[in-house]
Amino acid sequence: MCGIVGLFLKSEALRPKLGEMLTDMLITMTDRGPDSAGIAIYGDPGDGLKVTVQSDTPAEAFDGLEIALGELLGTAVPVKVSDTHAVLTIPAGSEEKAVAFLEERGLRVMGVGEAMEIYKEIGLPKDVAARFDLRAMGGSHGIGHTRMATESAVTTLGAHPFSTAADECLVHNGSLSNHNRLRRELARAGFVTKTENDTEVGAAYISSRIAGGASLGEALEGTLQDLDGFFTFVMGTKNGFGVVRDPIACKPAVMAETDDYVAFGSEYRAFADLPGIETARVWEPEPATVYFWER
Amino acid sequence: MAKPATDALVLDMAEMELREVNSALQGASGNETAFQLVNPRGSHAVAVGLDAPIEVTVKGSTGYYCAGMNKQATVHVEGSVGPGVAENMMSGTVVIDGDASQYAGATGHGGLLVVKGNASSRCGISMKGIDIVVHGNIGHMSAFMAQKGNLVVLGNAGDALGDSLYEARLFVRGEVKSLGADCIEKEMRPEHLEILADLLDRAGADAKPEEFKRYGSARKLYNFNIDHADEY
Repeated sequence: MCGIVGLFLKSEALRPKLGEMLTDMLITMTDRGPDSAGIAIYGDPGDGLKVTVQSDTPAEAFDGLEIALGELLGTAVPVKVSDTHAVLTIPAGSEEKAVAFLEERGLRVMGVGEAMEIYKEIGLPKDVAARFDLRAMGGSHGIGHTRMATESAVTTLGAHPFSTAADECLVHNGSLSNHNRLRRELARAGFVTKTENDTEVGAAYISSRIAGGASLGEALEGTLQDLDGFFTFVMGTKNGFGVVRDPIACKPAVMAETDDYVAFGSEYRAFADLPGIETARVWEPEPATVYFWER
Repeated sequence: MAKPATDALVLDMAEMELREVNSALQGASGNETAFQLVNPRGSHAVAVGLDAPIEVTVKGSTGYYCAGMNKQATVHVEGSVGPGVAENMMSGTVVIDGDASQYAGATGHGGLLVVKGNASSRCGISMKGIDIVVHGNIGHMSAFMAQKGNLVVLGNAGDALGDSLYEARLFVRGEVKSLGADCIEKEMRPEHLEILADLLDRAGADAKPEEFKRYGSARKLYNFNIDHADEY
């Protein structure tokens, strides 16, 4: 069991409240996943690329990082530290060099993107949210996950979301059964996963399809043929998010839409505090059917 | 059908613990017979295990297992419900104004479950005597291993309707995407039209019995078939 939440804002006015709304939704899903929690939040794309890194010893790991990375890239690198995470803004095109340098320093790269930042840790969702002050974050859309681990260990890297390409990330409720074979095939094609986790393979699969020219909708459609197992997936991209459930669809899902937002939740409880939920269109996404919203 | 009672005792789920609410309903004596639950906020296990002829109106949507194991009571949800509504119901009536998620009315032994919206997958799975009327559509694998009772669907049914069916009767007005193993269309006889007319009336459904098709068990899976031995 796990909990998933997602929120795609149609209304500009709600953007400063994205973190607050998503955090309340996430905490409501604690019963479904008390092991760890994570969130991917999409802000307005700015100049450069945002690299989210994590360290279990942030005091030492982030000390001097700004200067060292700035020297390497020959430009100032703004660093925003938030508990165990830091978001570094690097010039476009310097991603490969920067990521190699950061990994060399023992930092874990959670994700890279123009718009996306990822925060995830082990612990109760309310504690994870407080550590990163998720409530204060604004943005256009975001997805979150509360984890009850089944397929791999309870670690920071085992928490969701998983990002396997710039601005793309995946959260998952369920378990995949053909992930080991697929992991090897994806690695041969250049999509190397970092963990033993099944969801990361799902994320890499979708990223590989998008890299091969598929649209988000086509990539999600592909999961129905190529992934074996149980899944309710919510995928975040720079412009929006998509939802797909396996044909058996035993992992719960509910969606709500108003003029102001599209919301996803594992349960209706996650929607109880959303503005205008009383009059929202609320429905259960159909099995083996792809839904996505993009701007 | 439940009617909102004007003199109902209001239980506010924003103020009370779920167990307090359910205890109040389960312990209802002759004095209070009508209850209104406000602020359900998608809570699980709302109004479960009732065993008295009381009327409960839920003002909003609920989560998992609403009105589970119901006996005698009438529960009316003015919203949608999560998975497992009226699971293992014994008697009484449960009416959902909105949609129901997976396995609505699963294993129900008796009583009437009415879903005015759609019910998703596995509606009436292993039903054992309950009557279920869905005004909208139902999802895949509905009435799987259904043993007894009636499932009436005004809309369409998803894949594998009535797979491995026993003796439940299935009535569908719209399209059936596919029938499950051992489920076949059957002749609609006068006694079936009579059953349907009664159920449609009790469920407040605007449909004519003649518009439905009946599906039931071909009874081929009841016994081991020696001719198929090499297929197992």
